[in-house]
Amino acid sequence: MGLDIEANKKLVEEVLEAYPKKAKKDREKHFQINTEEAQTCGTCALKSNIKSRPGVMTPRGCSYAGSKGVVWGPIKDMVHISHGPIGCGQYSWGTRRNYASGTLGIDNFTAMQVTSDFQETDIVFGGDKKLEVIMREITEMFPLAKGISVQSECPVGLIGDDIEAVSKKMSKELEMPIVPVRCEGFRGVSQSLGHHIANDAIRDFVLGKADLAETGPYDVNIIGDYNIGGDAWASRILLEEMGLRVIAQWSGDGTLNELEIAHKAKLNLIHCHRSMNYMVEHMEKAYGIPWMEYNFFGPSKTYESLRAIAALFDETIQENCEKMIAKHKPAMDAIINKYKPRLENKKVLLMIGGLRSRHTIGAYEDLGMDIVASGYEFAHKDDYEKTFPMMKEGTIIMDDPTAYELEELAQKMNVDLVGSGVKEKYVYHKMGVPFRQMHSWDYSGPYHGFDGFKIFAKDMDMTVNSPVWNLIKKKETVQKEEASI
Amino acid sequence: MSKDRLDIPDYNTLFSEHRFVEQRLNKQQFEAPCSEQETAEALAYSQSAEYMEKNFNRKAVVINPHKACQPLGSIMAALGFEKTLPFVHGSQGCNSYFRSHLSRHFKEPTPAVSSSMTEDAAVFGGMSNLIDGLENSIALYKPEMVALCTTCMAEVIGDDLSSFIGNARQKGVISEDFPVAFCNTPSFVGSHITGYDSMLKGILSYLYERSGLKAAPGSGEETGEKLNVMLGFEPYTGNFTEIRKILDAFDTKYTLLGDHSGNYDSPATGEYEYYYGGTKLADVPLAANALGTLSLQKYTLKKTQDFISETWKQQVSALSTPLGIAGTDKLLEAISELTGLPIPASLLEERGRVVDALTDSHPYLHGKRVALVGDPDLLIGLIGFCMEVGMEPVHIVCSNGDVDFNDVKFKEEAEALLASSPYGSEATVYVGNDLWHMRSLLLTDPVDLAIGSSHLKFAAKDAVVPLIRVGFPIFDRHHMHRYPILGYQGALNLLSQIVNTVLDELDRNNSGFNYDLVR
Repeated sequence: MGLDIEANKKLVEEVLEAYPKKAKKDREKHFQINTEEAQTCGTCALKSNIKSRPGVMTPRGCSYAGSKGVVWGPIKDMVHISHGPIGCGQYSWGTRRNYASGTLGIDNFTAMQVTSDFQETDIVFGGDKKLEVIMREITEMFPLAKGISVQSECPVGLIGDDIEAVSKKMSKELEMPIVPVRCEGFRGVSQSLGHHIANDAIRDFVLGKADLAETGPYDVNIIGDYNIGGDAWASRILLEEMGLRVIAQWSGDGTLNELEIAHKAKLNLIHCHRSMNYMVEHMEKAYGIPWMEYNFFGPSKTYESLRAIAALFDETIQENCEKMIAKHKPAMDAIINKYKPRLENKKVLLMIGGLRSRHTIGAYEDLGMDIVASGYEFAHKDDYEKTFPMMKEGTIIMDDPTAYELEELAQKMNVDLVGSGVKEKYVYHKMGVPFRQMHSWDYSGPYHGFDGFKIFAKDMDMTVNSPVWNLIKKKETVQKEEASI
Repeated sequence: MSKDRLDIPDYNTLFSEHRFVEQRLNKQQFEAPCSEQETAEALAYSQSAEYMEKNFNRKAVVINPHKACQPLGSIMAALGFEKTLPFVHGSQGCNSYFRSHLSRHFKEPTPAVSSSMTEDAAVFGGMSNLIDGLENSIALYKPEMVALCTTCMAEVIGDDLSSFIGNARQKGVISEDFPVAFCNTPSFVGSHITGYDSMLKGILSYLYERSGLKAAPGSGEETGEKLNVMLGFEPYTGNFTEIRKILDAFDTKYTLLGDHSGNYDSPATGEYEYYYGGTKLADVPLAANALGTLSLQKYTLKKTQDFISETWKQQVSALSTPLGIAGTDKLLEAISELTGLPIPASLLEERGRVVDALTDSHPYLHGKRVALVGDPDLLIGLIGFCMEVGMEPVHIVCSNGDVDFNDVKFKEEAEALLASSPYGSEATVYVGNDLWHMRSLLLTDPVDLAIGSSHLKFAAKDAVVPLIRVGFPIFDRHHMHRYPILGYQGALNLLSQIVNTVLDELDRNNSGFNYDLVR
């Protein structure tokens, strides 16, 4: 059953009325109501990956957030320098729940804030000399560090520092890979360019630099899983149970060596296509490694993905896959039987980064929930091409929606659940709208795989059906407005 | 760096000593057998004195610093004013980080917009972004004032806020009389407290100047307020409630200059409103007529204090965060002096009750060696509180402590304060150092308790020291900020937090022979 196309069109128009003319014209291009036609032509009208309007409270971050915060930061045995002033490193310190085993500060540097803490003099005279000293000091302080990356913040690019030359020189002196990453926050329109820049740096400085002594027919890589709350571990266990050998895990709980040997795999399995498609495409061209996108959110998509993966291997793997599915299915059915009656027909609005706005749909649907609107912070055309066919007719699909738009839509559509990030979270708590943090699972997780779905289902039930929402005594004016809609 | 100390173990430690362990083991032949415990654990290189020396010798790399950057503080300052929208001029990622960071601490929304500058703005300047941003944000979020600050990007390329705002007015994007306060907040200067100060001063001077009023100190008593009060970069909404309670007990009229407690403690009513509470914009020019200004974060607020004393010609009584009994005594004396009102009996009675609580708890705190991390004004307050209950500050790390007030550097004041009591004799104050330095200190010269923000948890865990979460940011505990830590009531809260952590530790380390029910 689809949603009311005309009504939702009108709804979006109403919401956009609040904008000044120029901004309204721009924002209109970022909304589309899903229709049969849109499902086949993909993104006929919807614009994406272009600049946000100034002053609108965009949820988007920057290139640095995409490179250091997403891609490089979770590589655990390298030290990542936040090169520039103090803030960027501080704000991205330990706030993305990239789980990694090891001892913090000894052989695991993920929850560290290592920075050059630029002062005015560094802006005036440049930070290159200081960067050299920093690199030497890092090897003194962290003798087990396998390498260093330099994550440039805005001023580094603006004052024209040559981090490439410094990295090259110091890589020789310190005899370890040192990777300059030009991810200054002003580059591009969102985190997305940061992912791309980070991928290019992996390609240019790390990939293919080490060998794998023994390779086998079942060697695969997990690409684009950041191990939020242990997601990559909950995924890896399934691949291994199926008989595959995961030789590299990027980049959650990942190591330098995994980046260096990944080219020896027979297949790249990519979860977050948005942030690492550049990499699998490169590896396909350069090393002939095929790749496929998989989705381990919710049992339906997980079965589908596992079977698709197995189909690329021999009968042994396919049999293992079926055995594994048969083994886990009763537990998954039990979860659905328990939670579906509690969540059926609940209306969900999603606005997440660049992948989960579509990848999680199956998991919600397994629980009987309806996605009525879905949007991305920093998706590209190809993301929308994949999204439209997954959605029901009439669904509102939106790009880079502003805080204002989301708030209006959530209220006017009377949704039962909003899934977005921490900046949005507390707004909906005020409104009395159940909310889940879908960037880092609200300090829960994992959500991937069979282990993850149990937690996902429990979390959604907890959120939607919590008695706390009934304690909110809504103001009379609000109740009246709702009644008139 | 470690000093000779006479260690008198508590009963958990005492009865864990070899001779007692052996005594119990001998007795085991009459009991069920028990395996010997493995205790040997080599200290990793990173925990050695040699490592510490190298750690303290590093010149350039900063590891786990305890400070954030200027615009974060200026957003907090902006949210202290009625219907004011914080606007960050520069690249948009910064603004996302500020909003997330503040929301993670307060568990509340942080409304703020950015001008979303990208590569082209880096080349051509950010004027058109700023003008469009003003138009859009005012249309959507309907503020009564915009408070504009900069990121390092805008600072490096040299964008001129004043002329950009002028151009926005000329183009008719904002009306001539729509208030846009602004300040420059490069992230490569100072820290979040500098940014708070810059924005507060920016707003006060801007609203005052545009009002056309002339400062008339003391005349406020007839028309409005006797007293201005500033809390500064205040991570505790509970502290606003407490200071109000204290001022109300004095029965004085006052204006809180910068009050973000409404925005960071708003009710769930089914509706979200963007702006909650805050200092009324119209009250700012009137504040120039007050008898005087009380500042509760003297290092944080130095530019604002100077502005008030120089331009409003008022007496400014500047204290550090008034923690503990002596700190609160000083606060009440300052209010009394500024207003000419006596200290109310109700507060003296409260003081007595809290002192009573301190006397009850002191046996568990006396001689506890403490490590402290925080902003300068918080640290002055904490050092005072620790020493007055007999705790001994040992390691004090202040990443952003290179600030002065009336030409006295934070470090000098902290050292003088420590020197004023025998309980401060073991302390060393480290300014400009970070939490990786603190880790070395905790491992080579152990303490009983660590007090600081969530960021201190890593070092505390490595050193196996319980962490008492005080300050900013506190991401990993809920609602700490709702309870005051200043004033007598705040002293009681701090005391409860600390003494109960000590008692928790006693129970946690219970060796199996003591079942103390009564404490």
